[in-house]
Amino acid sequence: MHQYVFVVIGVLMAIAAVRLVTTKNVVHGALYLLMVLAGAAAIFILLLAEFVGWVQVLLYIGAVVVLLLFGLMLTRAPIGRTALDNQSRALAALVAGAIFAMTSMVLVRAFDGQMIDFSQTLTVRTLGGVLFTKYVLPFEVVSVLLLAALVGAVVLAKRDE
Amino acid sequence: MPDLLQLLETLLANPWVILGIKLSVLLILLPATLVVGYVELKVMAHIQHRLGPMYPGGFHGWAQTLADGIKFIQKEDIIPRAADRMVFAAVPFLTMMGAALAFVVIPVGPQWIIEDLEVGIFYALAVSSIGVIGVLMAGWASANKYSLVGALRMAGQLIAYELPLVLAAAAVVMQAGSMSMVDIVESQRPFWLFNWPQGLSFVIFMVAATAEVVRPPFDMPIAEAEIITGAFTEYSGMRFAFGLFAAEYIAFIALSALATTLFLGGYLPPIPALDWEPLRPLWFLLKTSSILFVLMWVRWTYPRLREDQLQRFAWKVLVPLSLANIFFVGALKLTPII
Repeated sequence: MHQYVFVVIGVLMAIAAVRLVTTKNVVHGALYLLMVLAGAAAIFILLLAEFVGWVQVLLYIGAVVVLLLFGLMLTRAPIGRTALDNQSRALAALVAGAIFAMTSMVLVRAFDGQMIDFSQTLTVRTLGGVLFTKYVLPFEVVSVLLLAALVGAVVLAKRDE
Repeated sequence: MPDLLQLLETLLANPWVILGIKLSVLLILLPATLVVGYVELKVMAHIQHRLGPMYPGGFHGWAQTLADGIKFIQKEDIIPRAADRMVFAAVPFLTMMGAALAFVVIPVGPQWIIEDLEVGIFYALAVSSIGVIGVLMAGWASANKYSLVGALRMAGQLIAYELPLVLAAAAVVMQAGSMSMVDIVESQRPFWLFNWPQGLSFVIFMVAATAEVVRPPFDMPIAEAEIITGAFTEYSGMRFAFGLFAAEYIAFIALSALATTLFLGGYLPPIPALDWEPLRPLWFLLKTSSILFVLMWVRWTYPRLREDQLQRFAWKVLVPLSLANIFFVGALKLTPII
């Protein structure tokens, strides 16, 4: 059952991902991105990481895509049916290919051969416990990184005034 | 009779029957919006010293919203020529989904819940954030500058008020030590009617929730007189009735039910002596209706905020206040009170 659902979600995600890079309309692109992210959330839930799945919905769909659409609409998205295109395809393909290769390598090296035990669910309590004990250092590093990005964004925005 | 009971038991053991019953719960939502809509018409009329609808259906115009619904169904489905048809048509589904999905985790009684998810409250807040996408899509796809302005205002507001809403709920989660909705209600047993250690969270949550459902005094994004219901200007007929009206009222009911669960003890009775299992859904409905009534009352009491006041209030007052509140609840957590 899990496998069939996974295949359906995977195919939908792949179609949306291809349309995301081929569409000529930026807002449509953002909406295809939304479909891909929703599919990722569904896969997290399918793999029993329920909390991570809903975090994906709250943060990526409820905040990241919303802000992306917000920014697009405030700045460059023409209303209605207008096409936009970008010619730097080779560079984009190179960057995307490099990111794909790197993340696949990291994932394979970290989890190769590991199986998910479907008989026991991952509770939020366990997740929180592990996050604040075993992985507390990476967690704090990520927090500092995000804070730095936040401060940087404020500085960049303030400079215009 | 034992045959019938046995049949019932076998039926209830079938997962598909259970699924059917659970899905049918969502069908109650549409009639509920009609009732809440009618009550709101009456409440606003009486606050303004009017009678409100009096004719449809005979008795005090009880069928007014039903008649409105039938009228909407008969209307022509208009899509502007310049509109992006696919995106335009997808909007009512998204707004409806964002509004209705939260009901999956709302406990009307300890057993009366569609699914007591372990991440309960977090799930409810996550799905209600889907609606923002619908609003932005509506504003952009309509190819109308007033719609776009309305959508941008609404998205700005929903993002700003989502933060205090989530932080206020986080304080309750700290108290309960669980995100499951049933656990949250049970953790309020020592307080029964009002979860007083969460008094400040309750105020923050109610203000942010009013802004999330874009009701006055936080209705800048749909300001009829300035930008003609904002993102939904171009919507008419069924799309308008479902995408805006029904979804708005369902979200309104959902947030009141969430507030009841988080702060007013959910299905717990007002005094411990009345704690009788079959009566629990009644307490829940009474508390939810009271919150709905108070929010309607607020709507006709306070004037609309200005856009800059609205943003300043969210970021400079509510967010710092809700962070301070989390410290406060954390300190209370060290005492034997909670």
